[in-house]
Amino acid sequence: MQLTEKHRQYWRKNLKITGILLLVWFVVTFVVGWFARDMQSVTILGFPFPFFMGAQGALLVYVLLVGYYAYCMSKLDREYGVQERDQ
Amino acid sequence: MMQPVQSRFVSQLKRYYALYTGGFIGFIVMLSILEQMGVPNKLLGYIFLGVTVSLYAGIGILSRTSDVSEYYVAGRRVPAMFNGMAIGSDWMSAASFIGLAGTLYLSGYDGLAFVMGWTGGFVLVALLLAPYLRKFGQFTIPDFLGARYGGSIPRSIGVFAAILCSFTYVIAQIYGVGLITSRFTGLDFGVGVFVGLGSILLCSFLGGMRAVTWTQVAQYVILIVAFMIPVIWLSVKHTGNPIPQVAYGYVLEKVTAREKVLNDPTSPDGAREAEVRAIFKQHEIRDEDRLKALETGGAAYLSEEKAKLVKAAAELEARRDADPLALKAANQAVADFPADVAAAQKAWRLQAEADKAKSGPISAHAEPFAGPDEQTRDNKRKNFMALVLCLMVGTAALPHILMRFYTTTSVGEARVSVFWSLLFISLLYVTAPALAVLAKYDVYTLLVGSSFSELPSWVSAWASVDKTLMSVTDVNHDGIVQLAEVTIGGDLIVLATPEIAGLPYVVTALVAAGGLAAALSTADGLMLTIANSLSHDVYYKMLDPKAPTGRRLFISKALLLVVAVFAAYITSLKPGDILVLVGAAFSLAGSAFFPALALGVFWKRANKAGAILGMSSGLLTCMVYMYITYPFFGVNAPLWWDINPISAGIFGMPVGFAGVIIGSLLTPAPDKETQDMVDHVRYPNLERNIKSRIA
Repeated sequence: MQLTEKHRQYWRKNLKITGILLLVWFVVTFVVGWFARDMQSVTILGFPFPFFMGAQGALLVYVLLVGYYAYCMSKLDREYGVQERDQ
Repeated sequence: MMQPVQSRFVSQLKRYYALYTGGFIGFIVMLSILEQMGVPNKLLGYIFLGVTVSLYAGIGILSRTSDVSEYYVAGRRVPAMFNGMAIGSDWMSAASFIGLAGTLYLSGYDGLAFVMGWTGGFVLVALLLAPYLRKFGQFTIPDFLGARYGGSIPRSIGVFAAILCSFTYVIAQIYGVGLITSRFTGLDFGVGVFVGLGSILLCSFLGGMRAVTWTQVAQYVILIVAFMIPVIWLSVKHTGNPIPQVAYGYVLEKVTAREKVLNDPTSPDGAREAEVRAIFKQHEIRDEDRLKALETGGAAYLSEEKAKLVKAAAELEARRDADPLALKAANQAVADFPADVAAAQKAWRLQAEADKAKSGPISAHAEPFAGPDEQTRDNKRKNFMALVLCLMVGTAALPHILMRFYTTTSVGEARVSVFWSLLFISLLYVTAPALAVLAKYDVYTLLVGSSFSELPSWVSAWASVDKTLMSVTDVNHDGIVQLAEVTIGGDLIVLATPEIAGLPYVVTALVAAGGLAAALSTADGLMLTIANSLSHDVYYKMLDPKAPTGRRLFISKALLLVVAVFAAYITSLKPGDILVLVGAAFSLAGSAFFPALALGVFWKRANKAGAILGMSSGLLTCMVYMYITYPFFGVNAPLWWDINPISAGIFGMPVGFAGVIIGSLLTPAPDKETQDMVDHVRYPNLERNIKSRIA
């Protein structure tokens, strides 16, 4: 099957979503982790911020990222008509 | 949009598992009534383990199959949510269930590397691999490598790496199985290993992926219930709030305040701590002197020291009024004396490290990368980052997880099932740090400062079971427990939580069953991966492509048996510690698979030469670094940039990426057929016109 311009657009959009979500993943994990010592004094719900992020915050963000990706991609699949036929 | 058959299947499944969960809770209630009636603990433990293990075997028998697609990928009709649960228990091993909270207890913030690493990796799985692998839709990970890069060399390297990391990982699991069964039933470690193995085998033997999937769903329910109940109870006890994840911020504040008091020599508690630490400082100096003397004196010094101990024991023996305990200790000291210089060096070095750790102030639980100077702190930060990255990338490359995405009904379902997996997994991972803090609060406030004559009952109970898990010695003879006098092994935290919380024995048995479920379910998945790699990739794809399905399944099952027995044999030799094995598996998988898999989807130009170069050089770099730096192998070369051996993948992964890129650019682009295959994988609706290649 030949790829159409529409396919290429779909793929570019997919790459964009993937890239943005990976950036969030990177910031939450590595940027927050790297500056953990400098953010010790910030507290949230009684936790020092870096500890909160490592123990709960980052995990919540990961779950949301994956959920959002699934939602977004299924919308994109339908928009570009590349969704699978019913099984 | 599901077809009626599939939606009927889903609602049927929901009903079954709801009934099952209800039945399981009823079973716990029934056992606690039995306990109230005075049934002995040992018997309760047997009933608990016996019922759960036969339950798994029962599901295995019910899901038996001889259909190839059912056997390898559960018929590709596992609904997203159930696949999520199955992945959850496939994923959470004995190390997560028992080890994690203990690691967090012992290392505070720095232990969170495991929490983030083992969850954040699923973001990579979701974004970079799962939907594409599902679209590809074959049976194993080497299948993908073989089809994407062509030829049998990439496939063979894939098979080798899959077996290497799965086998390393499965040994750690079987080890956990043996440990739990032997601790809770009193069976011998070796017997425990084979009993656990029996149920794993029965399950995967009869029904392959289908049986393993449905058993794992059942195991997830048990392990999450077992993990949550005691923690919720502990949280209610200390905070009055039944949601530990919310409540422990407040407990953490109290722990931090307490840490300050214990580190402050002007407070009464702190002064007592300082006294004990000073004694440990003396011990440390003595240990170091001894090591120095050993270095200069060698074997002569060693035998001299031994002679002293023998003499002391003989003198005690000769005395009529000798204290029998002292005599026993003296004899034990002779028996435990290191046999040769190397052994002495190792044992005394460990002793010196242990005493050194006890002689300094305690580090704050919530403080990231604690250390006396800037260099230590930077070093810890660097290693933390490296470990997080290795665990994440390893997660996105372990074949036993990735191949589960072949089992969903569609690409969309594969994406959603990563979401469910991560949600179910996170449930345990956000609870473990809470448990660590709650347990620490208990130890710091209730145990420390209590009198040696009235130790909490869980302390004396566990101290009599295993000294490495729990021991308290009155070092300064003041009759009061100081923190530095308490030695806690990480595994204790989860195992003892029910007793710390003051729960009945049934809950202890439940926790044991949960740990066993975690270890068994992971072992199931891994074992199946190994056997499938051998039977599907090696036998069917490379040796005998015309083999009829009956023979393929027969070979697969026979191999499963061989692998299981071999793994149990290796485990019974007790090679090294669990965390080392687990860490090695992640680094190996990340280095060998991740670059070739991710670039295979996202970079059309990647070709066979690149894949071969990248996979082999990544794997080799990782293996070499582990070999030269893990003390286990005895080479002890200097570390590269101070990176610990557990994060060996940090070197393997970039080498792997570089290998794929360089190898591909030096050789011609892949042919049209391969490029079409990449397109096929990228667009959920694209029909394949490359059947000849992958069928």
